Amino acid sequence: METILTVNHLTKKFGYLTAVKDLSFSIEKGNVYGILGPNGSGKSTTLGIVLNVVNRTAGDFSWFGGTITTHTALKKVGAIIERPNFYPYMTAIQNLKLVCKIKEVPQDKIEEKLEMVGLLERKNSKFSTYSLGMKQRLAIASALLNDPEILILDEPTNGLDPQGIHQIREIIKKIASQGTTILLASHLLDEVEKVCSHVIILRKGEKLYSGRVDEMLTSYGFFELRANDEAALVTFLSKHASFGPIKQENGLITAILKEEMKATTLNEDLFNNGIVLSHLVKRKESLEEQFLNLTNNKD
Amino acid sequence: MLRLLQIEFIKLWNNNASKILIISYFVLILCMALLAAIKFDIGPIQFHVAEQGIFNFPYIWHLNTWIASGLKLFFAIVIVSMMANEYSNKTLKQNLIDGLSKKEFIASKFLTVFAFSVISTLFVFTVSLVLGLFYSDFTEISIIFSDLEYLLAYFIKLLGFFSFCLFLGILVKRSAFALGFLIIWFAIENLAIRFLVWWLAGKEASAYVMKFLPLESMSNLIKEPASRFKAVQSMVEQVGEQFNKDYAVHFYEILIVGCWTAIFIYLSYALLKKRDL
Repeated sequence: METILTVNHLTKKFGYLTAVKDLSFSIEKGNVYGILGPNGSGKSTTLGIVLNVVNRTAGDFSWFGGTITTHTALKKVGAIIERPNFYPYMTAIQNLKLVCKIKEVPQDKIEEKLEMVGLLERKNSKFSTYSLGMKQRLAIASALLNDPEILILDEPTNGLDPQGIHQIREIIKKIASQGTTILLASHLLDEVEKVCSHVIILRKGEKLYSGRVDEMLTSYGFFELRANDEAALVTFLSKHASFGPIKQENGLITAILKEEMKATTLNEDLFNNGIVLSHLVKRKESLEEQFLNLTNNKD
Repeated sequence: MLRLLQIEFIKLWNNNASKILIISYFVLILCMALLAAIKFDIGPIQFHVAEQGIFNFPYIWHLNTWIASGLKLFFAIVIVSMMANEYSNKTLKQNLIDGLSKKEFIASKFLTVFAFSVISTLFVFTVSLVLGLFYSDFTEISIIFSDLEYLLAYFIKLLGFFSFCLFLGILVKRSAFALGFLIIWFAIENLAIRFLVWWLAGKEASAYVMKFLPLESMSNLIKEPASRFKAVQSMVEQVGEQFNKDYAVHFYEILIVGCWTAIFIYLSYALLKKRDL
């Protein structure tokens, strides 16, 4: 598989603060990657470094297998960082023409890309008159002008209203379905869960996990149970070999599985032991719970 | 190279404020021609500026480049804001992400400044030539095209000054503060350094050091032409005094300003390279 970006032992220090610590990962063509981490975990700094706007302290990175310089590579990349930055006094069309000049691509794709993000009717309005959602969509259109090999989005839905968030996500999904590699930095878990196939989890500049989103969910899940005879239920569960820790909260008993078990098997077992359930749910941990587990465990 | 110029042109020309300032700058240069129209007609005193010989070749080259270079401060606003706005709009960051290298970014700004200096020089040349052809007492080709080094000095002066403005724009990142800094720097050169050296090492040393300071070396390129004006000279002679001033453009003066230009552009680049955006 073709590697688009390789990052090796990257470190960035701002004075005493280490924003990115010995970070390594690689991005393969065709996947949708998420960089996940709480605010201040080094996501934007990492992207800033590979996009050549932040100087690294140590380590290195290479685009497209290191065959071309970063400067040339960036012309094959589309990226939006944090906030959409355009010349406020210029119209959408004028701004995009400028980007075409910078990226050295022909200007004939401007209308097509504006159409894709739904801004064609407003193409002759000044950038300063746009709403935040429109600005963000214009930024996506601009990042797509060179039909990039990889699209880098840093918190693309930050500060948008639900409708705006939905529009951006639809656009991202549309782009992903066309086979463009996407690298999406976000602190919103459901966003990453909904869009990404791979995830890199950062915390305080350190990598906690990288790999497929579904492989991250390695646990066997857990049962949520309720019964009239709580004490008997807890005793039964704590003696059972398949269960790990058992939590009790407001009469809801959570039993975490240590091995695979079907809900029907458990129900049958309990009934045979004279315990009648009033509530039985088997669940897998959501990405959010996984994420919180990962980020809390390493304290 | 053309691409870099086009990029900068799009940025400047679509900005109404810059567009108006650029146009007014050239209109103001054109207004020098209006000097010719100044006529006093108060009874016995009749005075027509154009007939006083100020538009004589080759003196006109000196006079007009000197007047026009006074207008450069006006253009400094455009230069400083074209740099500082990239910071305040955060478009500098976006430009770099879009694939402009830091070197290209500085190059596009410098090329623009270079182009404006060339255009301004050509403009002053044309305006002066036309004015001269109308009013000069001498119109022999050899006289018309003598003393053209004032135009070279004018060009070097603009380039140096605009490079300084570019550097200030990058250094300070805010156009208003950068312009303020320019004024403060002028005060530093002319008050602080001049009198500090004077106090420490005497008048000659002070005058010597001043030659090497950026703003002072730029202003030295074209000396004030008024005292060279015949009417003024004859007036002074009547009082029994004489001017012994060196009006020529010296090579070492051009060299000093050239060095400053290189230093400012290099510092701008170094600063941009070092900074995290």
